[in-house]
Amino acid sequence: MPTVEVSFTALPAHVRTARLVALAVARRAGVDEQILDELRLAVGEACSRAVNVHQSKSPADAVVMRLTDEQDRFTVEVIDCGPLEDAVAEPDIDLEGNALSADGDTAESLPDLLPPGFGLAVISGLVEDVSVTSDVDGTHVRMTWPAVDVLAPGSH
Amino acid sequence: MDLSLSTRTEGDRTVVTVGGEIDVYTAPKLREQLIDLVSSGKYNLVVDMESVDFLDSTGLGVLVGGLKRVRAHEGSLRLVCTQERILKIFRITGLTKVFPIHASVDEALAATD
Repeated sequence: MPTVEVSFTALPAHVRTARLVALAVARRAGVDEQILDELRLAVGEACSRAVNVHQSKSPADAVVMRLTDEQDRFTVEVIDCGPLEDAVAEPDIDLEGNALSADGDTAESLPDLLPPGFGLAVISGLVEDVSVTSDVDGTHVRMTWPAVDVLAPGSH
Repeated sequence: MDLSLSTRTEGDRTVVTVGGEIDVYTAPKLREQLIDLVSSGKYNLVVDMESVDFLDSTGLGVLVGGLKRVRAHEGSLRLVCTQERILKIFRITGLTKVFPIHASVDEALAATD
């Protein structure tokens, strides 16, 4: 059973709230301060991705974030209702080769979004213990960090 | 913390000072700012990120979009950042090779390619 479960409407404004909750629970679970910055970023990426998936697939459904504090580890699971298709796509950034000529109408039509799957690539770069699984109901991004066992003798 | 944005002109360059959190919610504001600048003929930008507390891949995407726009006009987009936690995402994504990243606004203003 998760320590804390947060369910939020798939709106970008709530991603910050999810980050703050994850950070607070992780800190209490004994995750090292040095790791909290990357945890905040990784949780933000996972929730942003979920919000984007929901907004295009099922905006009425809530995104779920489960935070689980086990003895010596802390797990964040972000669950969306979308397929994995963008999760498996390798990011393909071609910036150098894509320098635009000044004569086109391209500047206005350029997408600002990095390729789908980019957020997951960032997570993979940040978090050692991460798994992404998908079934008919959606995609689970599960990230685990080491934590101090605050109940163990001698940990204080 | 929300996103704060301010701009000022320094010679032929425009300094955009960004503060707060750049994420999926606030990134569109930065995107609009960069588009407005390019639309008004400002093609040499220095984005000062020293007061940025958080940057995610959506924010990176906006910066990449800005870079593409100024490059379309043979301009430049330089970043000012010394914060390790912000630099980390640039390194992970390989974008340190794409953006000139400077240690101070003065250094960015003095830089030439």
